[in-house]
Amino acid sequence: MNAFRLHIGKKWLYVPLVAMAIFYLIPMYVMIVTGFKSFAEVDLQTMWNLPKGIHFDNYVEAFSQLAPSLWNSFIMVIPAAIISSWLGSLNGFILAKWKFRGADFIFPFILFGMFIPYQSILIPLVIFINNTLRPIGLGGIPALIIAHIIYGIPITTLTFRNYYASLPQELLEAAKIDGADMLGIYRHILLPISIPSFVVVLIWQFTSAWNDFLFAVVLTGNRSWPITVALNNMAGSQIISWNVQMAGSLLAALPTLLVYIFLGQYFLRGMLAGSLKG
Amino acid sequence: MFRDKDRYLSIILISPSILAVLIFIYGFIAWSVRVSFSAWKGLNPDYTWVALKNYIELFSDPRFHVDVRNTLIFTGVFVIGSILLGFLLAVMLDQGLKGESFFRSLFLFPMAISYIVTGVVWRWLMNPAEGDRLSGFNLLFSYLNLDFLINKWHTTETWGIAAIALAAIWQMSGYTMAIYLAGLRSIPDELREAARIDGANEFEIYRHIILPLLSPVTLSALIILGHMSLKVFDLIIAVAGKQLPLDVPAIYMWQTTFDGLFYGRGAAIGILLLVSVAVLIVPYIRYTLKTEAQQ
Repeated sequence: MNAFRLHIGKKWLYVPLVAMAIFYLIPMYVMIVTGFKSFAEVDLQTMWNLPKGIHFDNYVEAFSQLAPSLWNSFIMVIPAAIISSWLGSLNGFILAKWKFRGADFIFPFILFGMFIPYQSILIPLVIFINNTLRPIGLGGIPALIIAHIIYGIPITTLTFRNYYASLPQELLEAAKIDGADMLGIYRHILLPISIPSFVVVLIWQFTSAWNDFLFAVVLTGNRSWPITVALNNMAGSQIISWNVQMAGSLLAALPTLLVYIFLGQYFLRGMLAGSLKG
Repeated sequence: MFRDKDRYLSIILISPSILAVLIFIYGFIAWSVRVSFSAWKGLNPDYTWVALKNYIELFSDPRFHVDVRNTLIFTGVFVIGSILLGFLLAVMLDQGLKGESFFRSLFLFPMAISYIVTGVVWRWLMNPAEGDRLSGFNLLFSYLNLDFLINKWHTTETWGIAAIALAAIWQMSGYTMAIYLAGLRSIPDELREAARIDGANEFEIYRHIILPLLSPVTLSALIILGHMSLKVFDLIIAVAGKQLPLDVPAIYMWQTTFDGLFYGRGAAIGILLLVSVAVLIVPYIRYTLKTEAQQ
């Protein structure tokens, strides 16, 4: 009897779950539906209506305006994600398995770096980039890449350290008896088995660099704007209508959304690592 | 136990990263502190010592008062909203329903999107226009005969920032759901079974057994979401631009430094933000590392 009642009760849970699902999908619905409307049928007062047929006007217009900054984002995010992940794996390996004196002392200081509000380092960062990097031609996108690499070190180090710490010490001992040195162990044992962790960290770094706005808006000028800055400027402009902004939003969200759709499990693990729980 | 060569090598390999953290985080913080004690105004650096002047001025600055009020409202709505919603979603998804993973992925996807995208879309959803020009959520409410819900969203006086917090809840409640769900999964079924045998109903089980066991998760959520609300920036910019009624410290810092060239004041705001984040995060890091060491 009790089990029966519980069964009925559980079915009712679909009502709030579906309602919540609709709430989460509303912004997506507006973005996609508006994007497919023709310019003629776009109107704020009919924004909830389905499009009459499929048109690409808005996407074409948004893409023609955003293409340079989408490209800027790609060439910025890919090296930033790869280099900071690789550094994180090296640091994590040393901090977890090759402890030198003071390693446990240093780690919390690295960790704190992933939570700081960047407003507290922004003025020195801008001065440093203007005085040191810009004169040697590394302003704009290269400066942004360097900022993402450096400020990505804490989170990538944390994720890899937690992963390597979970591996049994015997793995290393056996290799040492066979005569492998530190780099040999890293290259031939730890790197191959940490491919899943690399995927987690790469995705996380890709997403956060792609979605970053603060560094981007302060460190880049209008020819090196990544997508977030370009989209925000588009939204602030009086000339570009809201329907093109909606289409542009979808274009800006698409790369990270696709990563999420196809590699969602890894994304979730990266997110949980971000709250210190590896 | 380790060969000396390897020991040196490990130090050499990690030192670029440690040096980078030391310079670009701690060195730059110290540098910001120095700027915050200076009279620097304008394009040329000016390190004339003015002690706490920039801080004292901020505490009597009406704009900074608005920032503090907005941060408090935003934090309250965002943290409580995300925790409640995330917890409820996690409990519903923990009942072993069909389609659980579909719903879980759906509730989490906004996390993959940037605050700028969220802000641009929500800006149109929260369009405050009235009468014939009703649109966005307000139009939806009028279709559903829920006219009493029609409101001015982020343009509401004083409480406008709470509307921005709604968009932030949309974006981040999936995160609290995920950590609560992980917490619920780690509670052994035997505990619930034992309580049921003792005659507890489902509500009592959650109230007296599950909630207390989840309190470390709640603490993490409070701290992570709380420190995020102190840093809120892009979402407000994308919804409303730089508008005084929706001002927060992060926006004030950005504007006063890079538009107004008040470097001393901008640095002081940055350092105040850092201190408030540190108050939350430093004990949290210590606690986490201590529990880790005990395991």
